[in-house]
Amino acid sequence: MEHYLSLLVKAIFVENILLVFFLGMCSFLACSKKLETALGLGFAVTFVLTLTVPANWAIHEFLLKEGALAWISPSFETLDLSFLNLITFIAIIAALVQVVEMVIDRFSPALYAALGVFLPLITVNCSILGGSLFMVERKYNFLESVVYGLGAGLGWFLAIVALASIREKIRYSNVPPGIRGLGLTFIITGLMAMAFMSFSGIKL
Amino acid sequence: MKALENLLDKVRPLFEKGGKLEKFFPAFEAGETFFLTPPWVTQSGPHVRDPLDLKRVMITVVFALLPCTLFGIYNAGYQALVAEGADPTLIASFITGLPLVLPIIFVSYAVGGTWEAIFATIRRHEINEGFLVTGILFPLTLPPTMPLWMVALGISFGVVIGKEIFGGTGMNILNPALTARAFVFFAYPAYISGDTCWISTPSDTAALVDGYSGATALLISHGAANGTEAVNALQSFSYGDFSWTNMFLGFIPGSIGETSTLCCLIGAAVLIATGIGSWRVMAAVVLGMAATATFLNLIAGPGSSAFLTLPAHYHFVMGGFAFGMVFMATDPVSCATTDIGKWVYGICVGVLATLIRTINPAYPEGMMLAILFMNIFAPLIDHYVIKANIKRRELRYAG
Repeated sequence: MEHYLSLLVKAIFVENILLVFFLGMCSFLACSKKLETALGLGFAVTFVLTLTVPANWAIHEFLLKEGALAWISPSFETLDLSFLNLITFIAIIAALVQVVEMVIDRFSPALYAALGVFLPLITVNCSILGGSLFMVERKYNFLESVVYGLGAGLGWFLAIVALASIREKIRYSNVPPGIRGLGLTFIITGLMAMAFMSFSGIKL
Repeated sequence: MKALENLLDKVRPLFEKGGKLEKFFPAFEAGETFFLTPPWVTQSGPHVRDPLDLKRVMITVVFALLPCTLFGIYNAGYQALVAEGADPTLIASFITGLPLVLPIIFVSYAVGGTWEAIFATIRRHEINEGFLVTGILFPLTLPPTMPLWMVALGISFGVVIGKEIFGGTGMNILNPALTARAFVFFAYPAYISGDTCWISTPSDTAALVDGYSGATALLISHGAANGTEAVNALQSFSYGDFSWTNMFLGFIPGSIGETSTLCCLIGAAVLIATGIGSWRVMAAVVLGMAATATFLNLIAGPGSSAFLTLPAHYHFVMGGFAFGMVFMATDPVSCATTDIGKWVYGICVGVLATLIRTINPAYPEGMMLAILFMNIFAPLIDHYVIKANIKRRELRYAG
């Protein structure tokens, strides 16, 4: 239990997928003008990450890993399909996002309308693929991959919500014309990453 | 005064619209308001009738910092004299401390002021007094051995990236002085952490007293062996006096202005009495720290890190806790602005600062990073406090 808790804290703060690894920057910068949108996108990313990381774990564990197909025939013992990881993961993510989209559309049209185009865009969010690739690299088991997916998603959520509230606060600031908009957002992101360094070095 | 007024009136047309030196109006305005109170009043609403303008707010903070500054000068000299084995009398300590500390403050003011003036001239806003506070806060968080070019680099980063690109005073999201310090801290860690930078020592190591060590109180607790008590490690440390009273008074190595908790509390009294610093934030920071430290003391078992055993009143007097609590966390621009938000913000700062100190092996001090971290979340806290308030009022008038 303690192990999973520390993994969760680590994924949210110490190894924040956005402000430490800088994954998923495009939608972070593009969809953070309003807090409401940022909240919706943050929820969607957290949801998708929590589903895709364990799903990809299963694919990797039972189909693609070296020797994973040994249950079909012993001659597959040395077969290593992990070069297919990248393309399979993207396909799984795309399929899952589609399923999530249909489910939300069916059961909660209001949320579906609020998320709009951001929901399908999650397919190409680097942090989703990054989460799956980290899962393979760090050899997580099933439960760990669920917790890691959730933690990475919550970390992303926290970062985009903070950025959105900051951007709402400075909306009427007299910013020099040259860096208005995206330029200043990049600088804020850098300053946020500097503050997140307070957790770097914590070993859990 | 009358002569000065006449002189200023004579040259004013030069600086006003259409004059020869129109570009330098901000400089003229700054000079004029420095000596005289101009008769101008606000032309359009909203009007606030209050003698406490921005200039007076900033000057009050600078006055509140005076005890810390003076003690910082004294202590820098005191520590240097003790390290050499000389007799640290009051006068001798001041004389030794002045050339150590004054250049740092001077460089910080000169470089920070230049940036402020450049931006004011180009962007046509008034030269703000905000940099008077930033320019003194930043050097007070540095060790007395800091190379001057790093001071210049740090204050440039703090003023330009931390404040001016957001639109100047009142618009920034992070505390500019802390932004400057964090920048220097991550760029040149060897000059601002560890045990060699806190006391100015002669280059000839033979001149040092036996058993000399430049470790700060936090560093000693940080380095104490697992399973031991941090307080014991402090009491039995071979060099210097790390008793609670001595740390409260401030005769210990550390950053220039942070060592004396007493001076910080005098500053806090001034800020609270004048209503400039928020007592809510200060109380909340102490509350958060005390709760976390007590909790960590309870869970610290045999064999756990010594830092966990440090009681709350020691956390209070060590490192930059008091200084950060009084002068950094209460920054009215970067902290939460709602009353409930201030409590939440302050408690989070206290909790985080204690956690970073005790849990994170990379940094013995956590105050700076905890405040910066919460600066980022302050707008979010405010947003939800305001939202909850709107909801409550809607309910009240719904019937």
